[in-house]
Amino acid sequence: MNILSLFVIVPLIMLLGLWLSKGINQVRAVMVAGSTVLLGLSVWLTVAYIGLRNGGATEEMLFTASTPWYEPLNICYSVGVDGISVVMLLLSSIIVFTGTFASWRLQPMTKEYFLWFTLLSTGVFGFFISTDLFTMFMFYEVALIPMYLLIGVWGSGKKEYAAMKLTLMLMGGSAFLLIGILGIYYGAGAETMNILEIVNHKIPTEFQRLFFPLIFIGFGVLGALFPFHTWSPDGHASAPTAVSMLHAGVLMKLGGYGCFRIAMYLMPTGAAIWGDFFLVLTTISVVYGAFSAVVQTDLKYINAYSSVSHCGLVLFALLMMTKVSATGAILQMLSHGLMTALFFALIGMIYGRTHTRDIRQLRGLMKIMPFLAVGYVIAGLANLGLPGLSGFIAEMTVFVGSFQNPDNFHRVCTVIATMSIVITAVYILRVVGKILYGTCENPEHLKLTDATWDERFTVICLIAAVAGLGLAPFWVSDVISHSVEPIISAIIK
Amino acid sequence: MFQFIPMQAEISLAAIMVILLLADLIMKEPHNKTLQTIACGLLVVQIILNIQPSAGEYFGGMYNCTPVASVVKTILTAGTLLVFMQAGEWISSPDTRHKAGEFYVITISTLLGMYFMVSAGSFILFYVGLELASIPMACLIAFDKWKHHSAEAGAKFILNSMFSSGLMLFGLSLVYGTCGTTYFADMAHTLTGTPLQILAMVFFFAGLGFKLSLVPFHMWTPDTYQGAPTAVAGYLSVISKGAAAFTLMSILTKVFAPMSDRWELMLSIVIVLTITLANIFAILQDNMKRFMAYSSISQAGYIMLAVMAGNTQGTTSLIYYITVYIVANLAVFGVIGAIERHTLGDNYANADKVEGVQPENALSRSEETVKSEYAVSRSAYAGLYRTNPRLTFVMTLAMFSLAGIPPFAGFFSKFFVFASAFNAGHWLVVFLALVNTVISLYYYLLVVKAMYITPNDNPLPTFRSPWLTRASLAICLAGIILLGLLSSVYGGIEAVAGL
Repeated sequence: MNILSLFVIVPLIMLLGLWLSKGINQVRAVMVAGSTVLLGLSVWLTVAYIGLRNGGATEEMLFTASTPWYEPLNICYSVGVDGISVVMLLLSSIIVFTGTFASWRLQPMTKEYFLWFTLLSTGVFGFFISTDLFTMFMFYEVALIPMYLLIGVWGSGKKEYAAMKLTLMLMGGSAFLLIGILGIYYGAGAETMNILEIVNHKIPTEFQRLFFPLIFIGFGVLGALFPFHTWSPDGHASAPTAVSMLHAGVLMKLGGYGCFRIAMYLMPTGAAIWGDFFLVLTTISVVYGAFSAVVQTDLKYINAYSSVSHCGLVLFALLMMTKVSATGAILQMLSHGLMTALFFALIGMIYGRTHTRDIRQLRGLMKIMPFLAVGYVIAGLANLGLPGLSGFIAEMTVFVGSFQNPDNFHRVCTVIATMSIVITAVYILRVVGKILYGTCENPEHLKLTDATWDERFTVICLIAAVAGLGLAPFWVSDVISHSVEPIISAIIK
Repeated sequence: MFQFIPMQAEISLAAIMVILLLADLIMKEPHNKTLQTIACGLLVVQIILNIQPSAGEYFGGMYNCTPVASVVKTILTAGTLLVFMQAGEWISSPDTRHKAGEFYVITISTLLGMYFMVSAGSFILFYVGLELASIPMACLIAFDKWKHHSAEAGAKFILNSMFSSGLMLFGLSLVYGTCGTTYFADMAHTLTGTPLQILAMVFFFAGLGFKLSLVPFHMWTPDTYQGAPTAVAGYLSVISKGAAAFTLMSILTKVFAPMSDRWELMLSIVIVLTITLANIFAILQDNMKRFMAYSSISQAGYIMLAVMAGNTQGTTSLIYYITVYIVANLAVFGVIGAIERHTLGDNYANADKVEGVQPENALSRSEETVKSEYAVSRSAYAGLYRTNPRLTFVMTLAMFSLAGIPPFAGFFSKFFVFASAFNAGHWLVVFLALVNTVISLYYYLLVVKAMYITPNDNPLPTFRSPWLTRASLAICLAGIILLGLLSSVYGGIEAVAGL
């Protein structure tokens, strides 16, 4: 059996285990065991992948396998990974692992919560290993729908509204996607759904002109492309902690990954025709998201808008269509995934104690909960791009790569987008200054305690990942850039 | 092909009908439970006997059963079996238990009518089958005749049904007038698309459009579903719709093929209208049966997408869609029926003790209307997850399947109809239908929301349905999960459809 299929089989076994388990301890045991296995698998996969590449493997995808599924329509269950999917799998397993600990004390209906949580991660893992359009799309939707119940049942605030808005907007995106996939399939001559084979077919230009924007918007909705980003602040703000982590950390990456792997890779002519239009939208995302974050007062809203800005940067860098910028985009996905997860985890922990996320009501947390506060400072510094942490590596690569595009229009966009770095510093430092420092005047808050062991574990894991990526970026960027090359050369050909 | 006697499926079904009729006469009352078991058992036998696709042409081509039509018959029989399994609890109520036999016999007679419809080789047999399927249906709808709504629904159904049959018959007479034949085989080369023939085709389409409840012929559907007993509404929504959809497709693509440009345009407008209007109205419903009526109207629109393709791919995806739709919709109706029974609960429990006599604590008419309205309203589902998690689980999965969420079967069936219509070049229709799936997701999620999220201080207490109902829900659940993941179902239908 193919090793990659384990990424789907293990969550399925976890689902079965959760279904059979009784009592919170068994549920926790299943979750910890399963997510540890997944983390181990993805680390092993990364090592094996680098080993194979160093050993001279030149195929675009490794570990490929394909089983016919719906033969009349040439639908197969085909899997395979390149450097991009390997790092995405690594990211997802880290988030699922830490997410398990971040929801350690979640009440009520713990079992059901983890059932949907695991179903969501099944979708995510399945999406990143698939190379078949249909299977990929199926996993994509599997990852979306549990969101409704996760937010609707376990969320806070305007949870019903937010859950419905998020689900409908994302499903609207996937309606665009489905017609786009049909367009690619029949446009390429309807012989295969496998991405690696479709690339060799020339999809007619009129098909590309019509279906590129549909696919790009379809995935762009999930990647928080302006003006389709409005689900994101509400959704993130209402979701329970681990769901925010998984959603901002991994699900939004599905959008960027899909835009790159399906829209741009399979329809390069479409990308050339529509590139400038979408570049303007992503530039707006980057700057507008950052500006919006400055004026928010709810911690989660600040981070949600910050995510809009950072995920906009992913799409922005992809549309710059240089090798370095695309590598930067993938690095940014990885970096943003880790640091946003860290952010949302910390916000969840703070909210769990203070029962407010309003920055006007929080002060002097550094004295009350030093561990969480230090974690928050580190997350903030990573977010604004301090060297030594992951954000710096990613943004540096993105902007350097973007400026390599010799076109004036692209350079102007790059200059505008760079503004976001400054604005990010504004909203991060504003929050850190307001809530962490100063003297706490709220007597209720003075009684609060610092992080428990499970929370400390979550935070330390994520900080280690963020710092690890920041201190030793080259092995990751090598893995990525090797795989970005065939895609970029297909686009600029 | 494997067959003992000519027209085996029809003959054995007619035999089942006779056996049930006799059993009803001979057995001592109350025999509703035994009768249900016998009816279900006989249908299982019927399915096993006819599981092998068969073909045959008799009466000079009047009866012409293709292998694919025989597969459709088996699927419809299986759906009817599910309905019978779910009907037990409702039929045991004091008002209906003495006529349980009639329910099974009449239902099977409508099924027999559908058998003739799908294997007709001539408009005459087709019309006879259609009437055999429609007229007894009115009795079924008015089965709860003590209920005001049920009688009203029956009257609405029979009037609409007769009107549409009249329209269709007029169209068919025009066809006969221009072609001089009613046999499908002879008609193919005499139909050329003269204005009179186009008029005939439109009348014919309108007639079947009524049965399928396509917009603008859908007005009877919500009232009828609301008034009909829940099991009958379920039967009406899947079995008779499935038969009508298959017949419409085979006649449009076989007989009216020369006019395909005309009916494709007409059909695409009707599809878009059907899906969009039904979705918008479904959002506004609180009564679950009315809600499911609009949902089934919109599903009919999706089924029609497969007709647009008109080739093997279209046939396959249509039959596959119907199969998936049967399990998902019957799961929903099974849950609705169970919840309705147990919300009305006490009234029936007491009445059980005294045969045929209204219990002393029977509710007055207006109270009863209010209560029976509540039993099928969405508010009755609030907080259901806490007390009846399994039932909620079935309902949730069925809703997801109807909305087309993977990995449930509904996703695959929707994908295949979209693919077939897209392949035939109807991009815009597919696009509009896809956008509509988002609207439909909204109202399906409203039900999920009621069950999981909406707080309710006194939700319906935990209850246990009879084993046949539970078994039918389990079959539906298995179908929802497995029909999509196992590609052999689609592959098998494709192999037969290609013959």
